[in-house]
Amino acid sequence: MTKTKRMNVLMYVFLTIVSLISVFPLYWMLISATNKSVDVSRGAMLPGTALIDNWKSLISQSPVGSAMLNSFKYAVILTIVALVICSLAGYGFEIYHDKGKDLVMSILLLGMMVPFVATLIPLFRMFSAAHLLNTTLGFILPTISTPFLIMMFRQSARSFPHDIIEAARIDGLNEVQIFFRMFIPTMRSTYAAAMTITFMNAWNNYLWPKVMMTQDDTITMPMLVANLTEGYVTDYGVLMLAVLICSLPTIIIFFLLQKSFAEGITGAVK
Amino acid sequence: MSQVKEPKKRKMSLERRHNLTGWAFLTPATLMIAVMSFWPMIQAFILSLQTGKANNLKFGDPLANYVRMFRDNVFMTSLGNTFLYLIIQVPIMLVLALILASMLNNKDLRCKGLFRTAIFLPCATSLVSYAIIFRSLFGVDGFINTVLVNLGILHTGYNFLGHATSAKIIIIIALIWRWTGYNMVFYLSGLQNIEYSVYEAAKIDGASPMQTFFKITVPLLKPTILLTAIMSTNGTLQLFDESVNLTKGGPANATITMSHYIYNMSFKYVPTFGYAAAMSFLIFILVAILAFVQMKVGDKRD
Repeated sequence: MTKTKRMNVLMYVFLTIVSLISVFPLYWMLISATNKSVDVSRGAMLPGTALIDNWKSLISQSPVGSAMLNSFKYAVILTIVALVICSLAGYGFEIYHDKGKDLVMSILLLGMMVPFVATLIPLFRMFSAAHLLNTTLGFILPTISTPFLIMMFRQSARSFPHDIIEAARIDGLNEVQIFFRMFIPTMRSTYAAAMTITFMNAWNNYLWPKVMMTQDDTITMPMLVANLTEGYVTDYGVLMLAVLICSLPTIIIFFLLQKSFAEGITGAVK
Repeated sequence: MSQVKEPKKRKMSLERRHNLTGWAFLTPATLMIAVMSFWPMIQAFILSLQTGKANNLKFGDPLANYVRMFRDNVFMTSLGNTFLYLIIQVPIMLVLALILASMLNNKDLRCKGLFRTAIFLPCATSLVSYAIIFRSLFGVDGFINTVLVNLGILHTGYNFLGHATSAKIIIIIALIWRWTGYNMVFYLSGLQNIEYSVYEAAKIDGASPMQTFFKITVPLLKPTILLTAIMSTNGTLQLFDESVNLTKGGPANATITMSHYIYNMSFKYVPTFGYAAAMSFLIFILVAILAFVQMKVGDKRD
């Protein structure tokens, strides 16, 4: 009994240490955003009073407003379109599956092995020839459909009861209506998980916008944050405020959708 | 006759219609993957056989770019770095994630939600953000140095990011910090599909936590472990944001990753698209080979 108790104590100590390490850098970011750069370097650990000064200095040197708007616009549009076309495909592959469709699905799964960087240069040349650089369409097209999302929705369609489809058909709903009125509402947690993943990937995407967004008024928030470190002197307070603003949307989404995210993943790895 | 035939014909056409609906549903997504992933991949291969600067590309010796790669010191460094991150970081991260997941799966554990949220929180931070947070924490006048100097361990700040070895270690620490929770969620989900009574039975039979971990958790989670291993390998081979923003590839290209070098060769200096495409095609081959090996190893343990 004492041995189990000791193990238990060790487990709590271990989990506490790991949790503290996980949270500390974010706590430090939050604290630093409210302190002057000198105080950050001196090791400030408590909230300071320089938040407003940091904010003024940040907006005077970079277009935070337009970068935030751009990031939101790109990420929201990409998420909506990707969820619709990938869930349609996942549903189509599972519900109407036959040999031909299964073959197409296994070819698509091979696409998971195609690293984005390997397609970067041809994509850049394609998009610049099509005048899609610096446009929303250009941002969203390469990741609008991913084998991962299709697979996720195919897995969840597997648990969608065929009886419901049959009943709906008898009630006179057509196939498109069944998808929109029956499948989507039933699979809310899968959609929540897919939404979290897609939005976060879109928001965090750095390589593709860095390559294709070449104008000041089309850059994304991560690009703006990265540009702040280009100078010789780094103002830690201002930099951490920018990092904080850049991280807020994904952290908020994470907290809002945490529960359904876990449920959705559970459905997908079954 | 016609009465019997009629319903059969209708049923056939209904099936055909469903079949076509299925194709209509999956066509947009399939087409996009073909155009945005498979087609550029073929283009990358064709491009990799061409040499020249900017848009003056021409076919010459088809293997010129591939030969050049292995004589290019920076490329060899980037290849070595990428594999170093892969071999050290991925196993540590996955084992840690697995241990944390099996601890958090314990029904008697208190504050489970709190621990889980805290450990998963790093994944909500954007890649550029966490790279810059770590860059600042480990800067010469950064927080870590301030603490070490104040504790009397160091006299003056150590330039962690200015020395090749310490810079690599910091990239590895940062990667583990960012991705462990992400993988843990996959394991936790996988564990939820295992009946908890299996664990209770093992406990009654007197199995130690170690035995339970190796005899029950690991074998039953094998498909999930395989999935996370493939995802992490794929991600590590494409590391970009960390190399660009945490160390800027430095000191003197000592921590540069393959993707970062490909970016530099295509967009930072006078573009050599053919050479960059050859390097990116190599990444594709490596990803494919490693995924294949992992799947084979994953199958064998059955």
